[in-house]
Amino acid sequence: MSVKKFVVGCFDDEKTLFPAVKNTRKAGYKIHDVYTPFPIHGLDHAMGLRDTSLHTAGFIYALTGTTTALTFMSWVFTKDWPLNIGGKPHFPLPAFIPIVFELTVLCAAVGMVLTFCYLCQLAPFVTKDHFHLRATDDLFVMPIEVTDKTNVEEVKAFFKNAGAVEVFEKEAETGWWLGRYDKAKKAFEKEEIVTA
Amino acid sequence: MSLLRYESQVREPLVDGHKTYHDVTEDICKPVEAAPTRLWWIGFIISVALLLFGAVSLYKEVVYGTGMWNLNKTIGWGWDITNFVWWVGIGHAGTLISAILLLFRQGWRTGVNRAAEAMTIFAVICAGQFPIWHMGRVWMAFFVMPYPNTRGPLWVNFNSPLLWDVFAISTYFTVSLLFWYSGLIPDMATLRDRAKKKWAKAFYGVASFGWTGSTKHWQRHESLSLVLAGLSTPLVLSVHTIVSFDFATSVIPGWHTTIFPPYFVAGAIFSGFAMVQTLMLVTRKIMNLEDYITISHIENMNKVIVLTGSIVGCAYLTELFMAWYSAVKYEQDIFFKYRIAGPYGWSYWLMMTCNVITPQLFWSKKLRRNIAFTFLMSIVVNVGMWFERFVIIVSSLYRDYLPSSWSVYYRPTIWEVGFYLGSFGLFFTCYFLFSKYFPVIAIAEIKHVLKKNGESYKEQMDGIEEQSVEEFAHEHAHAH
Repeated sequence: MSVKKFVVGCFDDEKTLFPAVKNTRKAGYKIHDVYTPFPIHGLDHAMGLRDTSLHTAGFIYALTGTTTALTFMSWVFTKDWPLNIGGKPHFPLPAFIPIVFELTVLCAAVGMVLTFCYLCQLAPFVTKDHFHLRATDDLFVMPIEVTDKTNVEEVKAFFKNAGAVEVFEKEAETGWWLGRYDKAKKAFEKEEIVTA
Repeated sequence: MSLLRYESQVREPLVDGHKTYHDVTEDICKPVEAAPTRLWWIGFIISVALLLFGAVSLYKEVVYGTGMWNLNKTIGWGWDITNFVWWVGIGHAGTLISAILLLFRQGWRTGVNRAAEAMTIFAVICAGQFPIWHMGRVWMAFFVMPYPNTRGPLWVNFNSPLLWDVFAISTYFTVSLLFWYSGLIPDMATLRDRAKKKWAKAFYGVASFGWTGSTKHWQRHESLSLVLAGLSTPLVLSVHTIVSFDFATSVIPGWHTTIFPPYFVAGAIFSGFAMVQTLMLVTRKIMNLEDYITISHIENMNKVIVLTGSIVGCAYLTELFMAWYSAVKYEQDIFFKYRIAGPYGWSYWLMMTCNVITPQLFWSKKLRRNIAFTFLMSIVVNVGMWFERFVIIVSSLYRDYLPSSWSVYYRPTIWEVGFYLGSFGLFFTCYFLFSKYFPVIAIAEIKHVLKKNGESYKEQMDGIEEQSVEEFAHEHAHAH
């Protein structure tokens, strides 16, 4: 959790966004993130992000569910309390299939969603600093972190050149805190919009 | 010479009108941000009134027992289980649209998936009420959970389809809810960032879980949606399969058939789509969303209805054939004496008319694209599907193996009807609240398909398609 300074470029079209991302990386600037209102296929690769392994986690959760259901029911019916139900076998594997399947799906789904929320730091009352309110509407927002070596004016000029419709400097909290959005009048919210 | 067509001419745009991303946000968020209309209040108050009537009916049932429902020893399952299966069936369309159509890459699902998923969740909540309150001593309901208990380590019976149901329905509800809500998070963030009122900022802020729209988060979100879709696809098929096992694994003539799982699943999709139509036709009209839920969306759903309706019809005929072919006297009597004829014959023929005969009218393209007709049909189909469950349950039970216990006629009491109406109250109360405070169309998903399948894009492509090869090459050769 720390407050950092950023130069933010906002784009309104994927056609300008993609070359901008490419050129930003080529120019050696470090892209903090790109905030978009909807998933843009290929942007993660353009930014050089690695593929997510969330689905692998899902597979492991699924296997956990399968094993839990199978071993638990087998233990109950063969070891703990072998009931005679209409003379049926104590280990009726086919009759276990429905519950094994349901628990597999349940564990995979719940586990994946929780992992997703943990990785993306999403939860009720989690509050974050947002670079631009229209990032969830129609703007693609790309902040670049300002370090000691960064020439702010140069970055701004670079963004304008790349077709940004809005460029500004902003100090932002990069972590999250517990709170409510209606009360989030952040102490560090000092933004100057330079161009529109 | 013109170029080959870029896209089939029969494929209509998914979003009508020349929309920008911002227009999409505006169109979908506006009804959420505006004050509730008079029409909304009227609908909401009627729903709540029905819900209260349901609560009174349930109070009677809890205090005096299931005898209040006119069930007897012979007809032990009546309206309550009929309603349970009916609601579960309705709850199948949402996940089918969001999961199976996602895997099949059907772009048109984006217009209707959000509301259909919400409908699924509410329908499953309604469905769950019936078996729970049917237990009679409802305070014992937690006995179905397998936990170490003080009743001797007496576990639940994992062989029983009724227990499978507990697992299937609760898993289905949980997974549908997660799928629906994970899709809602980005749209809640859109509403949060637009909110002007204090309560809206607070509510959507909490509900959006602090979503920012980061590329990495979107990447994970896409992966999550895809896997959840992959999981929900067999899940949605399993749920009604397991519901059908409640009947199929018994030895009651008319229930004891292997055709039940596919027959029930087809019926579930059939009735589910009909309910989606009922709700969508009203929602798109009242909330001015005709550009997003277009006639071609409605036509697509009608195609699914005619397909699944025909599968159901095929199953009805197969059942009759198998009853005759089995040469089992009980089986034949149930079908030919007590089901298609006898005191309940009218309900069988009502079912046949509503589910098999009338949906065939949807082979006509003109009728598939007629909104008033579609609305009428959606109601007819749901009436038919309710009677299907009623026919299966009651007409198999009322004349069992022992003629001395035959029950000639079963009429529901007002409290039994009240419970059913109460479930409508619950469903529509939830739906009204949802349609007022939640985005009824998946905003992010519409934006995602806007440029590829919107009307503007189509027209741009029309121009390109008319170009000659030389012109096209000249214009586009240097583009990349």
